[in-house]
Amino acid sequence: MKLARTSLIALAAATAFITIGRAALADELSIMASGGAWQDAQRKAWFEPFSKETGTKILEQEYLGDLGKVKAMVDTGNVPIDLVTVETATVLQGCDAGILERLDYSKIGPRDKFIEGSALDCGVGLDAYGDILAYDPTVLKEAPTSVLDLFDTKKFPGKRAMRKFPAQNLEWALMADGVAPADVYKVLATPEGVDRAFKKLDTIKKDIVWWDAGAQPAQLLASQEVVMTSAWNGRIQNAIDTDKKPFKIVWNNQILEYDMIAIPKGAKNPDAAYKYLAYISKPENNAKLASHITYGPVRTDAASFVAADALPKLPNAPDHLAGAYLVADTEFWGDYGEDLVKRFNAWLAQ
Amino acid sequence: MSALQPSELDRPALARGRSAADTDQKSVSAALRRAEFGDRLRTLALAAPLLLLLALSFGIPIVLLLSRAVYDPTIANALPRTSQALGDWNGQGQPDDAAFTALAADLRDNQAKGTGYELAKALNARLPGARSQVLKTVRQLEGGGDKPPLEVMKSVPFWSAPGTWPAIANGTHSITSFYLLSALDLRWNADGSLERVPPEQAIFLQVFLRTFFVAAAVTLATLLLGFPLAYLISSVPKGLAAILIVAVLLPFWTSILVRTAAWTVLLQKFGLVNDLLLWLGFASERLDLMYSRIGLIIAMTHIQLPFTLLPIYSVMRTIAPSQMKAAYSLGAMPFTAFRRVYLPQVFPGVMAGCLLTFILCLGYYITPALIGGASDQLISNFIANYVNVELNWEMAAALSFILLVFTLALFGIFARILGLDRLKMV
Repeated sequence: MKLARTSLIALAAATAFITIGRAALADELSIMASGGAWQDAQRKAWFEPFSKETGTKILEQEYLGDLGKVKAMVDTGNVPIDLVTVETATVLQGCDAGILERLDYSKIGPRDKFIEGSALDCGVGLDAYGDILAYDPTVLKEAPTSVLDLFDTKKFPGKRAMRKFPAQNLEWALMADGVAPADVYKVLATPEGVDRAFKKLDTIKKDIVWWDAGAQPAQLLASQEVVMTSAWNGRIQNAIDTDKKPFKIVWNNQILEYDMIAIPKGAKNPDAAYKYLAYISKPENNAKLASHITYGPVRTDAASFVAADALPKLPNAPDHLAGAYLVADTEFWGDYGEDLVKRFNAWLAQ
Repeated sequence: MSALQPSELDRPALARGRSAADTDQKSVSAALRRAEFGDRLRTLALAAPLLLLLALSFGIPIVLLLSRAVYDPTIANALPRTSQALGDWNGQGQPDDAAFTALAADLRDNQAKGTGYELAKALNARLPGARSQVLKTVRQLEGGGDKPPLEVMKSVPFWSAPGTWPAIANGTHSITSFYLLSALDLRWNADGSLERVPPEQAIFLQVFLRTFFVAAAVTLATLLLGFPLAYLISSVPKGLAAILIVAVLLPFWTSILVRTAAWTVLLQKFGLVNDLLLWLGFASERLDLMYSRIGLIIAMTHIQLPFTLLPIYSVMRTIAPSQMKAAYSLGAMPFTAFRRVYLPQVFPGVMAGCLLTFILCLGYYITPALIGGASDQLISNFIANYVNVELNWEMAAALSFILLVFTLALFGIFARILGLDRLKMV
């Protein structure tokens, strides 16, 4: 009898403990992003104000953007994160693979108010960024005029850095080989087109230094390891503005993309996650990021909220769309991404 | 005639005595064995927690992971109707319409259960391009209206292409050699013989060779640097030897990541090494040491040096200097004395150090990732890529398995040549 009572008390205590544990959890939101200047900007524009407004504590984690980490969490049923920032192609892959939750837009905001392609089934857009060319004019005497100058080793000898990923590089390779931006994805969908792109990349393969993390291009330029590099525009602008580097950005032939955020399947705190998504998707909040890193808003009605001094530096500012540019085709990369990544990795290793 | 000839006196008695002694001896050795057995049991019991920990945290997970290289039930589980319909297919040409209908039903089933993607991915690993075809076909099946499933299947050319059905039939067997063969750049031909994969897909043999080459180069470099240094340390007075040992060990106590990062600072274009080479006049322009094979070997040599040096040093320390002196006094030239007296004795230490370094080099991951270029990535980088990025753990397991087999084979050859008992570790 006594034993039974003791175990009852123990049970009650344990239950109370679990309840307290869950209550504490409800006020926490765990977000995994890809680090660097971009995560700093999100902290200032969104994490901190959201925390202040709702009293939710935000726990930050960093990763390289590899879906494997998220898959391992979902597969083992132990998902310690509630939100994860991802690339568009990764959203499609993760959506098909059942790693990411299908989003309920009624809890986020009007889906038709997002730029086309930035509100997907399993991921909602955070910002628009440009894949651009950056160089250091104190090193490179002649100024490149287009991202495609990456392929001109005669005029611009020396190492150049490019992202260790087929997306963007294959598009640029075709454009450098004379394909019009409007036809790039049509050509790339054929086996001959893929061969053609890799053949063009072959011509500069020995001159390429490959980067993985978004912070690397600025470092590679600063250490003069390379004379030019492809990069995400915000990271380079950050090096110019914050670290006072003399770098220059070439916008001609840039590729426009969207950063996304998603909820991994089995996240412990979906309510808080949705609250956060709704918060950052408000046009006035969506525009705030631009003041901290030069990435544009994805809400069509957010432009008027962007700070005046940030506007001319955004990838989708009118000046930066004056030359040629390409909007990354999310669906193309969803369909062909896996095979092209495989081919690209084999090509790299050879 | 001697009365003391026992053989003639009492043979049976002697025999009795001997057998008694034998029995005694037997019982003694039996008792000894029992005691030893008890000892062994106690030792085993003491080591049991460790063994259990090893088995649970190391052995079982490794076996489970490696088993993924040959056991992949994804397709078999996802296509039960199709595998049944394919039961009596002879593998020639196209299977009958029943197989097409069964596949259509299985595809719709998977879509409904949410396992469509896993299936598409598993098929895609064997049949390049299958992923988008599966998803496309499912979309048509779901939204095709009143079009019969068989017609939909026949209208997608992919399902009637040669090679599609043999691959599916192969996939319905849960035990597969597909991944292990892929790890060796091989595959089954349509007519059932082995063939090499097309050159634009063939990477792994090249990467395995590269891994062994880099490991051998680093082992040789550490030996060339480590041997004289070990000799120096073993021949100087104790105090100085202690300082030298600490100098060797100091970097050894630093994390491998930090040391690799330090090398990126030294090796970069405007780094110290390039500054020094220019200043000394060894180079006329700045060299590309970062993201190159040579930079990778330099950094790995630095990290591995203590592993080669310490076993050599520990053996050298045990060789009395008087032996060399004795050799000289018997008329041996210094080189002869070194070759015939010194070298045979330090040889086990040299081999132990080299083996340790070689095997550790086979698993290098961080250093090639940070210092090597795209064509300097070793097999571990590919394994990591399959685990983290491509989510293809079967392929990662197959590559790990091949690496393990190669390593064990090398170890076996080595043990055969030298004898494991002669290996001297620190």
